[in-house]
Amino acid sequence: MTNRRDWPLWEVFVRARRGLSHVHAGSLHAPDAEMALRNARDLYTRRQEGVSLWVVPAAAITASSPDEKDSFFDPAADKIYRHPTFYDIPEGVEHL
Amino acid sequence: MSPELSGGQPATAGHAPDKLAGYALCLGDDALVMAQRLGEWIAASPQLEEDVALANIALDQLGQARSLLGYAGSLMQPVRTEDDLAYFRDERDFRNVQLVERSWGDRDFGIAMARMLVWSTYQLELYSRLTSSADETLAAVAAKAVKEVDYHRDHATMWVLRLGDGTEESHVRMQAGLDAEWPYVEELFDASYVDQQLLASGVAVDPSALRDAWNGRIEPVLAEATLTRPDLPPARTGGRRGIHTEQMGYLLAEMQHLARSHPGARW
Repeated sequence: MTNRRDWPLWEVFVRARRGLSHVHAGSLHAPDAEMALRNARDLYTRRQEGVSLWVVPAAAITASSPDEKDSFFDPAADKIYRHPTFYDIPEGVEHL
Repeated sequence: MSPELSGGQPATAGHAPDKLAGYALCLGDDALVMAQRLGEWIAASPQLEEDVALANIALDQLGQARSLLGYAGSLMQPVRTEDDLAYFRDERDFRNVQLVERSWGDRDFGIAMARMLVWSTYQLELYSRLTSSADETLAAVAAKAVKEVDYHRDHATMWVLRLGDGTEESHVRMQAGLDAEWPYVEELFDASYVDQQLLASGVAVDPSALRDAWNGRIEPVLAEATLTRPDLPPARTGGRRGIHTEQMGYLLAEMQHLARSHPGARW
């Protein structure tokens, strides 16, 4: 560990309960993955927010660029046939 | 009143409530003073993330202290509340070990992690045995606390490994931290303060019996961290008899002054 400002950034994903997927909760600094996981436990699950945690080096994430927003996302706007809105959803299905 | 206090009857009711209160007071004072010291790291630790981690750990210790002091006070004649015991006793009435009361040196993170390692490893061994105490309340408090202190131990272990087996400087400072705390470890295993009857009836845990298990956990961590087990004589202690270090008075002054300046004040 050189300067603490050199600690890499980690993105934290929390699974709230069984059956749900991990959701991005925020980010933190940590010297390595093990410590990142523990920091995530202390920062993001101290009020029982989760049953499982992932930490991912922020540098390992390839993100879409805001500049590409038009070509990436706008074409989906008028393709309503891609939505499964023409089906009846059975009662009792919560997470579709 | 916390849930663990609302159930169970003291196993020793009828023959030694004052002894049981005294025992709970020792364990409660340990946790209370450790919590108060740990609180000094908030906004002063090496990284924001560590501030939160240490604050969580301090609050776990405080929670244990509240349960234990509340229980001890309920057994006293006249009955005393957790606040009476925390804020309105003087130094000589506190029964904590000296390990937990001493300052962090010059706010030395190596000292903090060394102390947390030796302390939480001790608490883990103590509480895991106390879960089968013949006293239902102590057993319930311990059952909740044992998971907490296992995490404290893990947190300290992570840092001791990284600092001990880190850079040349971190190694030297981690070893210095360990050396600073080591003379105060012996007091943890002093059984002389625990009433024989409480031991015989399975209410209390014999601290001297924790030594081997404690060593069994500490030694592999020190070895992996490339640290040397200090060969230092025990300090002259006496926390269980109310004999404290100079730094205890300052800690109590900070902890108690608000409650004493405004007795009975409420949020």
